[in-house]
Amino acid sequence: MENRLDEIKNSAKNTLKEILYPLTAIVVSFLAGAILVYAFGNSPKVAYKALFLGALGDLNKFGETLVTTTTLILTGLSVAFAYKCGLFNIGAEGQFIMGSVAAVWIGWALEGLPPSIHVLLTLLAGALAGGIWAGIVGWLKAKVGSHEVINSIMMNYIALNLSNYLIMTVLNEPGKAFSFEIAPTAKLWRFSQSFEQFKYSRLHIGIIIAIFVALVAYYLLNKTVTGYEIRSVGFNPDASEYGGINVKRNIVLAMLISGLFSGLAGAIHTAGVQYRVNNLFGLTGYGFDGISVALVGNNNPIGVILSALLFGVLQKGGPMMQIEGIPKEVVGIIQGIILLFVASNFVRVMVQRYKENKEIRAQLKKGEVK
Amino acid sequence: MGNLLSAVIEMKGISKSFPGVKANDNINLTVNEGEIHVLLGENGAGKSTLMNILYGLYTPDEGEIFVKGKKVVISNPNVAISLGIGMVHQHFMLVPPFTVAENIILGSEPRKGLSLDMNRAIEEVLELSKKYELKVDPNAKVQDITVGMQQRVEILKTLYRGAEILILDEPTAVLTPQEIKELGIILKSLVSQGKSIILITHKLKEVMSMSDKVTIIRSGKVIDTLKTSETSIEELAEKMVGRKVSFAVKKDDAKIGKPILQVKGLKALDNRGLEAVKGVDLEVRSGEILGIAGVDGNGQNELIQAITGLRRTEKGQVLINGKDVTNLSTKEIIDSGLGYIPEDRHKRGLILNFPLYENSILGSQRSKKFKKGIGMDYKKIRDYAKKLIKEFDVRTPSEKVFAKSLSGGNQQKMIIARELDRDPVLLIASQPTRGLDVGAIEFVHQRLIEQRNKGKAVLLVSLELDEIMDLSDRIAVMYDGKIIDTVNAKETNELELGIMMAGGRSEKKH
Repeated sequence: MENRLDEIKNSAKNTLKEILYPLTAIVVSFLAGAILVYAFGNSPKVAYKALFLGALGDLNKFGETLVTTTTLILTGLSVAFAYKCGLFNIGAEGQFIMGSVAAVWIGWALEGLPPSIHVLLTLLAGALAGGIWAGIVGWLKAKVGSHEVINSIMMNYIALNLSNYLIMTVLNEPGKAFSFEIAPTAKLWRFSQSFEQFKYSRLHIGIIIAIFVALVAYYLLNKTVTGYEIRSVGFNPDASEYGGINVKRNIVLAMLISGLFSGLAGAIHTAGVQYRVNNLFGLTGYGFDGISVALVGNNNPIGVILSALLFGVLQKGGPMMQIEGIPKEVVGIIQGIILLFVASNFVRVMVQRYKENKEIRAQLKKGEVK
Repeated sequence: MGNLLSAVIEMKGISKSFPGVKANDNINLTVNEGEIHVLLGENGAGKSTLMNILYGLYTPDEGEIFVKGKKVVISNPNVAISLGIGMVHQHFMLVPPFTVAENIILGSEPRKGLSLDMNRAIEEVLELSKKYELKVDPNAKVQDITVGMQQRVEILKTLYRGAEILILDEPTAVLTPQEIKELGIILKSLVSQGKSIILITHKLKEVMSMSDKVTIIRSGKVIDTLKTSETSIEELAEKMVGRKVSFAVKKDDAKIGKPILQVKGLKALDNRGLEAVKGVDLEVRSGEILGIAGVDGNGQNELIQAITGLRRTEKGQVLINGKDVTNLSTKEIIDSGLGYIPEDRHKRGLILNFPLYENSILGSQRSKKFKKGIGMDYKKIRDYAKKLIKEFDVRTPSEKVFAKSLSGGNQQKMIIARELDRDPVLLIASQPTRGLDVGAIEFVHQRLIEQRNKGKAVLLVSLELDEIMDLSDRIAVMYDGKIIDTVNAKETNELELGIMMAGGRSEKKH
């Protein structure tokens, strides 16, 4: 029992360490944003109050924020997971779309199934569609060595157009530019069904699923042989090969699992929020936001949950700032600054430099060698 | 000329710290005109740091540098070059697809109008090569010439830039015994023409044969400066390591058993798709160490990779303990009883960003031992790592430290611990002591002998001929993808092996 506790403590400590730098970067970014707002002649206090009240002011607003967070957790997870295997899954967009379409199809076509089974099948179908979509990219990389970034970008557009084709033909609600609605048995349970406080929010059980999936991903990556092998391929394919790890197999597997998460994001978005899929004019942005979420979350599943929450707040609270006369672009700027700081490893480099200088000074003072 | 005792380089009170280490501590070094001055020290003693300071790659925290009596501040390599200081790095800085002449003039090209004056470049190179008796073909591509030739190109490069003082960092690491001799002659001739040379090395034999003076550095401090003619290998070794060192590797006669590794007519390609291993037959029996000698790039790496499943065997057969493992996956070969100390511990041997405990199971990560339910038993894995760290004396604060923060010697100990603890029937050690200091080398050698005495079959690949000769029971010499000959270690000598390493057959028949 004590060992178990120790282990959990250990993991928590490591996780905290991993997200400390992004956290600092976020604080610095908010400060920078405040200066910016002030420079525009507005009060930073008013701006941030509007932002946070808009996103977290009451349970309905919080619920809506969580709706966005749910999707971002899953797409963020998708990017982070592939990254752990050294792969850049820029195709979360396409996998998300494929997940949505598959979910709508199953949700609509299998009408008449008992609710719990129908929901399960709908989500599974979405996840699987995303997984296959990403798996193709992984397979191409393993088989012929073509780069996953190029391939997954191309797969995004194939997904977009394939989805639009299906929605305007097989799945088309006659006369409309969107698909059939899914059957009530395929819809996810909403908080508003049982809790009066969430009456005006579309918050659904997906948030719990997303958090659960993030925990599973954490376990899979850090506590299982599969995770060990995926991470080892990510850090050093040559040493992995030497250690008897099948590098190609793990590339395909990591992409496939990564795709499952994005596909599930699409399915949950369909079964929990939209109930249908629209004829899209362009990519949805959820997949691309996933890249930012993963980056700020330091590609750690737990970090991804937190950073998805942050992005949810920013995206939902931003419009509220506008009501106070502050351009909502400020939110975009803050998001940009956060990414810049995180991506450039600014905080980490500064801390390291400070530590090194301190150490050298201390040694010189003591006249100590080694 | 060598008698003129005017100092060309004086470094006074040089100190340089890195986080956690004082790499140079109040170092004084004087190099006189026309002398070959060796900087002797173990890896990490601070030789390279000192030379990088002289070449302008690092700025010292304290201290002064004088070149020909004038105080100078060398802020970058361009300043060093303008002061007449040239450096030949251990890893050559050449562009392989360029010709010799193109490489030499790179960065200070002669021009005619706007365009490059290639004819003049070739002329200048020929002139230079004649003046210093460094024969090269200016039109040959660098990728097609031998390593020894490449080194000449590097030396010419510094001379072309007007170097008066040459720094050579571990120049013999990649050369055959004969090439080392030639290098000695080249250096003598350079000195006779008024150049001064600083040699960085940790090889004692070369100090004795090549240098006029030697400065020994240990833990960032100058221990002593001696005239080579007034010292001995034993004295130098003791000063370098800080204690008495025994060079003789003690081992009993081999108790040879049945064949463990059998390689039959093996052919394999290199990364460019050219045949690198051209039909190799080998047999390593239990209780013996078979050493493969050879100059780097003669197919040794490809051969080992083919045996270990990291490279496809195009033709031929590999048997371990009688079982055909040709082209099986690395995992299956490991499971058949292979332990493998790879030639490059950073590239192959370790996952530098993993903590030690995760590194300690690389290769046996799927073993039932480390399983618990659907996950891995990390508690057990950490205990296992602790055990290895203790048994093999890996110097580390804990098993949670990332592999990248260990010193080379301790990284190698970790790898050896992992590979030996699996109790393999066949141990392949490829360059097991590369870049290690004397203490760690002793450790590695003892472990290899120990395995042999336990009745394991050991296949040793090394570019260090001394290592091969000290450890092996039999020596196979590899040249151009083939085994030239296999000889009994007791009945051969450096000269014979050197001739075979260059592709010549030995006269004697064994």
